Amino acid sequence: MTKQTLLAATAMSLLMGAAQAETLRWARAGDALTLDPHAQNEGPTLALMHQMMEPLVLRNPDGELEAALATDWSVDPDNPEVWTFSLREGVTFHDGAEFTAEDVVFSFERALSENSDMKGLISSVASVEALSDYEVEITTNGPNPLLPAALPNILMIDKDWAEANDTVDVQDVEGGEETFASQNVNGTGPYMLVSREPDVRTEMTAFEDYWGAADFPIGYSDIVYTPIQNPSTRTAALFSGEVDFIQDVPVQDLERIEADPSLKIVSSPQNRVIFYGLNVSDELVNGTPDAGNPLADGQVREAMNMALNRDAIRDVVMRGQSIPAGVIMPPFVNGWNEELNSVSTDIEAAKALMEEAGWGDGFSIQLDCPNDRYINDEAICQATVGMLAQIGVTVNLNAQPKAQHFPLVNGLESDFYMLGWGVPSYDSEYIFNFLYHTKGDLYGTWNGTRYSNPELDEMTKAIAAEVDLEARDEMIAEMWDMAKADTVYLPIHHQVLNWAMDSDVGAAVDPDDQVKVKYFTAD
Amino acid sequence: MLAYIIRRVAQSVLVLLITGFVAFSMFSYVGDPVENMLGQERTQADVDRLREQLGLDQPFVVQYAKFLGQAVQGNFGLSYRQGRPVSDILSERLPATLELAAVSGLMALAGGIGLGIFTAIRRRGVGANVIMTLSLVGVSLPTFLIGILLIYVFAVQLGWLPSFGRGEVTDLGWWTTGFLTVSGLKALVLPAITLGLYQMTLIMRLVRTEMLEVLRMDYIRFARARGLRERAINFRHALKNTLVPVITITGLQLGSIIAFAIITETVFQWPGVGLLFINAIQFVDIPVMAAYLMMISVMFVAINLVVDLLYFAIDPRLRVDGRSGGH
Repeated sequence: MTKQTLLAATAMSLLMGAAQAETLRWARAGDALTLDPHAQNEGPTLALMHQMMEPLVLRNPDGELEAALATDWSVDPDNPEVWTFSLREGVTFHDGAEFTAEDVVFSFERALSENSDMKGLISSVASVEALSDYEVEITTNGPNPLLPAALPNILMIDKDWAEANDTVDVQDVEGGEETFASQNVNGTGPYMLVSREPDVRTEMTAFEDYWGAADFPIGYSDIVYTPIQNPSTRTAALFSGEVDFIQDVPVQDLERIEADPSLKIVSSPQNRVIFYGLNVSDELVNGTPDAGNPLADGQVREAMNMALNRDAIRDVVMRGQSIPAGVIMPPFVNGWNEELNSVSTDIEAAKALMEEAGWGDGFSIQLDCPNDRYINDEAICQATVGMLAQIGVTVNLNAQPKAQHFPLVNGLESDFYMLGWGVPSYDSEYIFNFLYHTKGDLYGTWNGTRYSNPELDEMTKAIAAEVDLEARDEMIAEMWDMAKADTVYLPIHHQVLNWAMDSDVGAAVDPDDQVKVKYFTAD
Repeated sequence: MLAYIIRRVAQSVLVLLITGFVAFSMFSYVGDPVENMLGQERTQADVDRLREQLGLDQPFVVQYAKFLGQAVQGNFGLSYRQGRPVSDILSERLPATLELAAVSGLMALAGGIGLGIFTAIRRRGVGANVIMTLSLVGVSLPTFLIGILLIYVFAVQLGWLPSFGRGEVTDLGWWTTGFLTVSGLKALVLPAITLGLYQMTLIMRLVRTEMLEVLRMDYIRFARARGLRERAINFRHALKNTLVPVITITGLQLGSIIAFAIITETVFQWPGVGLLFINAIQFVDIPVMAAYLMMISVMFVAINLVVDLLYFAIDPRLRVDGRSGGH
């Protein structure tokens, strides 16, 4: 920033009051893929849309559920499948239309339609009906005590606007036409869309008639969002003052940013745990036929778990930016506790276990690893190669881009793979459902381990419908004991999320990496 | 002449078809776009449905045929990543790349010829030797490193120039230009230097060598003997005869400046087609990758065709013996 603009900015803020004319220039690695709220269930896309559109129930930066467009919700005491949501009154969309129950019904139906990418989040919803202008009833397929936790990314749009602009259907990529909703927004959120050039720049300005104008800090009157893909350029743009706030801060730049008095770093554990999955079936995909699978033996898996030195990975590979994990569950998820998360490295005991299992001479195995998905993913895998060598396991590392890595995991073509997992519902059920349940069409869709435990499968379905929360928590604890005893996954760590910003930006890091600028303050 | 042109055009079409074929046979190795297009809560049924919709369950030859069928009608499909027509995206992004390529090409040409002449005429001077040594740096340093260094010095330390983006652009309806605003021009400086540095040193070394060669010729000696001024000898007689190979190389290099702007565009977040292509690869955005590769090969083929036709116009021997077409 030159002296003149600095002076001008100071003069402006003195004249107009601090909150009036501040622009937040925000950069991160990728751009939103679309502005259609139901077309892409993807982090950066949702983060941008959350400035302009809102759900019924929101997750605030502390990770807690907060009333947004719904003020109250309750489940019918006689029928646990029926929920009533009271809507906030006096809310208007950016074009001035009033927000009512018909918009909620419309948005849910849109989010549940075939081309919607959000339907997996609310697959338990059977129907949504308007009881009055400000009351909707949601019926679920079977009881679902966690319904509100499934809603924070289901954003509401105006029914009449969608109909008038012929954008009732969610975009179908192969359908041929781009849709109006993918380029335009009419939400109820704190900011309105001013202009957008995909992959280049998106500008937003504060919505004057926002219902929460008095309830939230809303420190910035305007937002300019620019994706900057190259990590060094992103940091350079922060140093040179061209942007005020960046996400996806490269770990090697943290110290330099910290050392600059005009900048600061804010961190928090991320809602994402990184781990390895093991093929526990009788045969290895990449092994010699009929030689058996050492990973089918629980003792071998336990030995590998003991051989991983998570503290070394944190200190050397992650430069301190990780929290060692003993369970594949982020810390704030329901079901997590210190004891589950404890884990220790013991090479001697691991060797003894290998010996006992009859694999004292070791074996060799291929480790499949992404190189562009998680923080330092390939380097973590390289460190693992050395650690497992200590107990006689020869690891051949196969690191490749995510677009090639994930098909291996989901096609059951890997014996030993890295995966990261975030839990949007903040509940253990989500982990059991996707990662531990026997792989099938609806459940266990990300379980690449071939692990199948009928008892665990049954309990997974049971906790999804259990409305007695105390009994439910007990079941969850029991399930984790079973899951941990079988060691089908080797937990590595929880990523630490860092946001870097100008020292006068006031922001709390959101565990989901979801920026919500309405909570930001500007000094 | 006509027969020659027709034959060259037919050859070019064949080259394009083969390029497309090779490109499509490679796409399956880039990865699976479906994983990127669906959220983590997707079911196997969603995956199968999308794969079928996109035709990814078909052999690549079928996918290629479908692409060609639509492409000849001017339809390149929708981007998997952005959900917008690929032709719209490309025409939005092309001005940024072409303006950057034009500026760095001109810079490389002017700088390269100027320095080339200087180092040839003063080939024993200190200045010429310093320039020659520095030019080695230009040839050997990787582009991204030059870019990062420039950003560090001129954006972070001095704060004179922007580190990313294209600045403010003016929309002319069919073209967006950064030439009309101060911030647009400032934004061009660092990427243009980064992209053009290698070409500049290449042209400079070429001009120098050619010039030294020409200066040794008899007609230069005779010109000197005639008492012509040094200035007239260097610029009117020597330089003119140096430029023929330089123009050929420049023409061919222009193609690679556009095609290989990828790295520079990534470093400076320059919103051109190169950055688009990188994003497309990461996302396995097949329609964008296919259209980009076709566009680049059309461009190379067209440049080569023009160069061939120019030879045809310049070199009378080709006209006499039409059969020997190639060279």
